[in-house]
Amino acid sequence: MSSIARLKIWRGLDRQAGRWETFEVPFEPGQSVLDGMRWIRVHRDPTLAIRFSCINANACKECMIELDGRTVYACTARLEPREMTLAPLSNKPLVRDLVTEIAPPAERFG
Amino acid sequence: MAHDVMQAEADVLVIGAGAAGMYAAIEAARRGADVFLIDRSLIGRGGATVMAQMTVAVALGAQVPDHWRHHLDDTLAAGRGLCSEPLARLLCQEGPECIRQMDAWGVGWARQDGHIAQAMAPGHDRPRCVYVDFLNTGPAVSKTLRTVVNKTNVRKAGDLCVVDLVRHDGAVAGAVALHLASGAPVVVSAKATVVATGGLTRLYRRNSASGNMGGDGYALALRAGTPLVDMEFVQFFPIGHLAPRLVGMDPIMWDPFRYKLGGRLLNNQGEEFAHRYGTAEDGKYVLTRDVATFGILQEVEAGRGSPHGGVYLSFEHCDEAALRAAFGPVIDRLAANNIDLTQMPVEVAPIAHYHMGGVQADARMHTEVPGLLVAGEAVGGANGANRLSGNAITEALVFGRRAGRSAAEAAQRMRAQALRLEDACEALDLLAADAPDRKINTAALVQTLQATMADDVGPLRSEAKLARALGTIEQLAGQLGARPAGDGQRFDPVRLDWLDLRNMLLVARVVTEAALRRTESRGAHQREDFSAMLDTWDVNQIVRLRGDRLAWSTPSRATEAAQ
Repeated sequence: MSSIARLKIWRGLDRQAGRWETFEVPFEPGQSVLDGMRWIRVHRDPTLAIRFSCINANACKECMIELDGRTVYACTARLEPREMTLAPLSNKPLVRDLVTEIAPPAERFG
Repeated sequence: MAHDVMQAEADVLVIGAGAAGMYAAIEAARRGADVFLIDRSLIGRGGATVMAQMTVAVALGAQVPDHWRHHLDDTLAAGRGLCSEPLARLLCQEGPECIRQMDAWGVGWARQDGHIAQAMAPGHDRPRCVYVDFLNTGPAVSKTLRTVVNKTNVRKAGDLCVVDLVRHDGAVAGAVALHLASGAPVVVSAKATVVATGGLTRLYRRNSASGNMGGDGYALALRAGTPLVDMEFVQFFPIGHLAPRLVGMDPIMWDPFRYKLGGRLLNNQGEEFAHRYGTAEDGKYVLTRDVATFGILQEVEAGRGSPHGGVYLSFEHCDEAALRAAFGPVIDRLAANNIDLTQMPVEVAPIAHYHMGGVQADARMHTEVPGLLVAGEAVGGANGANRLSGNAITEALVFGRRAGRSAAEAAQRMRAQALRLEDACEALDLLAADAPDRKINTAALVQTLQATMADDVGPLRSEAKLARALGTIEQLAGQLGARPAGDGQRFDPVRLDWLDLRNMLLVARVVTEAALRRTESRGAHQREDFSAMLDTWDVNQIVRLRGDRLAWSTPSRATEAAQ
């Protein structure tokens, strides 16, 4: 059975001037939400900004986003064949799309 | 969109905040240098260190008597005659000191009967590998070094991606970076610069390191005029996890299981096959990485592979209690992925893991270009044609410490910063590019490159595959173009991909040409059309960038030893 995950994603550079975009992603059991986001970048829209480093190991802890209003690591949250809402962390300064400023102040430039 | 140029300066600039970079920063600061530590990801989170699962090889003699010369003998044997002896010697000789220092800093090496535990790993003549349970070596090493960095006056910044090193009068005098969080270019002046950017695993489809290791440091060094060595030798980790799909675990996680529990490597007939490739296993984990990778791919080729194109790794002979004792919480994480090792094997296959090649350096970590030093996996030569299990973290610590010391000394010899803003104009011009109308799918280009490298420049190579890869790489470079795509605003993923591809395509070309030139099989470089290891190839290949051309040389190893 082929099914799809509908990822409704917040996009923008400014919290006040953002927009929601929905992408349909082919779903395979076992995939992570990060897999879905990376699929979108390759197959639909390379301009989608996401922050991650280790891809799958849950070692870098960089891929935190809000999934349906809950804070998750995109690499361990399972992709599901339904609509899923992805937003940047609401308690961190927005950088772009799903990327927020999560580094401690002493580890930032400027 | 044009940004104002931001500026910073330091005695020592360290690029890359994995184990090598952080240790270099700590050591340089300890010697009085004003240090700026930067990373394209976040400090201590990106790179390969954080991904290390278990072993760190070091002749501590805690488990059984040992001497660094035995570790050196094993390292040289694994390197199949191509190791740089001065570098390998440094790694083995200074390893114990760095490991004890890490212990004093509270890394938490696993203990057994009151001493640091040392496990047996393939290619070692005795138990030599220290580790942090459970599968936690990398995170513990990263966290410990980050804590120590935070106690020094080292300045640090993540989200700074270096675009190019900047030269003044032939010496490296700093770097131009893209500040991802703002989109602004940053010029950093430095009296000494340490490149600690790790390896190139991102060039391959399936890899075991972070998504940001696309060989940046090799490209930066080449363009700064310094040579690379041994670039054909990409290590594939033989038993990377393949199936069933598993989230929240590093694909090299099965190595620790094999250290502790042995495990059986089986083909689709349920047969052990290691003996066909020269090493019978007998329930023990003794296969070196190059032999295991070769054996697995031969089984797959012969139609004896698993459904997803690998082989099986089975722990079905182990009972639940033994698994729990060895791996505690990891067993629960596997259960959450519906994997019960007492009931089922998993599928494994080779996965790009580490690069033996890299920037040529002397035992002080200086490159040929004044002001430019290297550390960690970015350094080429210590591991020859095949790296021994456990040498990567040791190399990161030892080379990092040495580079930090040398960089502090080099900085002390310089009275003033040499960099002038006009030295940086080429890189700044690249970042000033404004091409909102250029629509190229940079993420798809990365994926095409990864597929090409995996299929044609993987562990089993031939002239036909390598020539085809060179064609694809050239074609991709044409699609990439000379001017960056993207809007250049903050955290622009297209701009970042473009800058990454500029490096990745150069490095991919270097690896492929090196592999095409080496008409023999040795260690991690296996040619289907030249299956024997040849004495005439008992040489290292050195490459320089001359304009747009790669210039190759193969100096005799006697010359190298005399230097």
